[in-house]
Amino acid sequence: MAETRKPLPKATPETQEFWDGTRAGELRIQRCLDPQCRHVYFPPRPFCPKCASPDVEWFRASGRATLYSYVINHRPAPGFEEDAPYAIAVVQLEEGPRMMTNLVDVEQTPEALQLDMPLEVTFEKVNDEISLPKFRPAGGAR
Amino acid sequence: MKPGSVAIVGAAETTELGVIPHLSQIGLHADAALNALKDCGLTPKDIDGVACAGESPTNVAHYLGITPTWVDGTAVGGCSFMLHVRHAAAAINEGLCTTVLITHGQSGRSRVGAGRWGVSPDSLQGQFETPYGPSGPPSMFTIPVLRYMKEYGLTHEQLAMVAVVQREWAAKNPRAMMKDPITVEDVLNSRMIAYPFHLLECCLVTDGGGALVLTSADRAKDFPTKPVYIIGTGESVETPMVSQMEDFTTSKAFRVSGKKAFEEAGITHDDVDHLMIYDAFAHLPIFGLEDLGFVGRGEAAQFIWEGNTRPGGKLPLNTNGGGLSYTHTGMYGMFALQESVRQLRGTAPAQVPDVKISVCHGVGGMFAASGTIIMSNERP
Repeated sequence: MAETRKPLPKATPETQEFWDGTRAGELRIQRCLDPQCRHVYFPPRPFCPKCASPDVEWFRASGRATLYSYVINHRPAPGFEEDAPYAIAVVQLEEGPRMMTNLVDVEQTPEALQLDMPLEVTFEKVNDEISLPKFRPAGGAR
Repeated sequence: MKPGSVAIVGAAETTELGVIPHLSQIGLHADAALNALKDCGLTPKDIDGVACAGESPTNVAHYLGITPTWVDGTAVGGCSFMLHVRHAAAAINEGLCTTVLITHGQSGRSRVGAGRWGVSPDSLQGQFETPYGPSGPPSMFTIPVLRYMKEYGLTHEQLAMVAVVQREWAAKNPRAMMKDPITVEDVLNSRMIAYPFHLLECCLVTDGGGALVLTSADRAKDFPTKPVYIIGTGESVETPMVSQMEDFTTSKAFRVSGKKAFEEAGITHDDVDHLMIYDAFAHLPIFGLEDLGFVGRGEAAQFIWEGNTRPGGKLPLNTNGGGLSYTHTGMYGMFALQESVRQLRGTAPAQVPDVKISVCHGVGGMFAASGTIIMSNERP
């Protein structure tokens, strides 16, 4: 089965909350609680990368995002042979941070994938441990 | 560093370049090192400082029979060698060593003794980038470009032109891997690798290496070669994850490194006779020209399109043919430095007339790191 050959993430203590969140169908990211800072950030770490404050908290992001940039990969990574060509995208979350992802429920073509198009998160269950956050056009499949 | 206090006195590439299945990675380091030592009339016994990336300096020192008092194994990708030059200059000035050997060797194509390349699944890249199917730099380093295209109106034809112009330089270079002229149409008709990038907009994959020997400027005059003085240096890093770059239209590491080098050298852009910008992919010269300040934001593609960087143009760029057409072993920065040295010595295959100042700018990882070295054949 091709799916099992895909490289999967392995959580660390600092990122466990993120992967617990995706498994529960939530996109959890972090923000700084310093009133002067309030920086929202990703990827996870136990302190604010802007002001170094350890006073940070996890929260559930809205899941709304826009398409910041992408490529359409024609040379599939091992395990991705049946998906090619497929977009590898970077999306900008409504809350500010950007993350790499794949785009689903949309044709993987330059015509269908317009920068700044509105997107929403969806979760792809890979196994009992891991669900990957992916993004689709806002308002459901096109 | 104090501008002009340290010089490159020895410089050479591996005897062969391109496909070298009979040498391992460490063998390529040694071949380049022995060629560079021969170039300046030294032997390994004269070397007391060793810097390299890919191999550890322990491996290289032991393999060559060197007992160093200073080593540097900075490995931040393809611009590591620019950082080695900068660190070596500081070490020589501080008296930590007198004569530094910097080596590069990579069996990028034949993969002999090359070690494995991988991302750990619990690293940040392994958790937040690799699961989405990138297959190496061609599908990662290229991700910012659609954003740049939207912000600045860069066209597919303009991106293709970068490869066309570099092939013009490569055509003059017998050691270049790809020498046949190409057109914008050829580039756009070449196989799609990762949209919007076609095969001819991606670097080569080759075997090879290079080495440099540095010493104090005061000693440099005693060597048989024409000294190439280090007059300005810079370095920085931004992020190991291309998805986390602050701005997809500009590299912070490029800007910081370039500014530092220009300030140190005390020169303006008009003083620059020759320029190397590490071109793993066709957008790198565009980002480099803008982030180093040679042109304004969004202006680099038109600057290249108008012929300013081609043979005979006012700012000769990547005159060996670059990573796109000359060679690219994986960490190309050493080859950019070698071409700057050749141009300043007056020995380049596509020699630019009257080069006095050369700027050599490198990238490491995927906009992860940067190093800039400014050199002159006149001591300031």
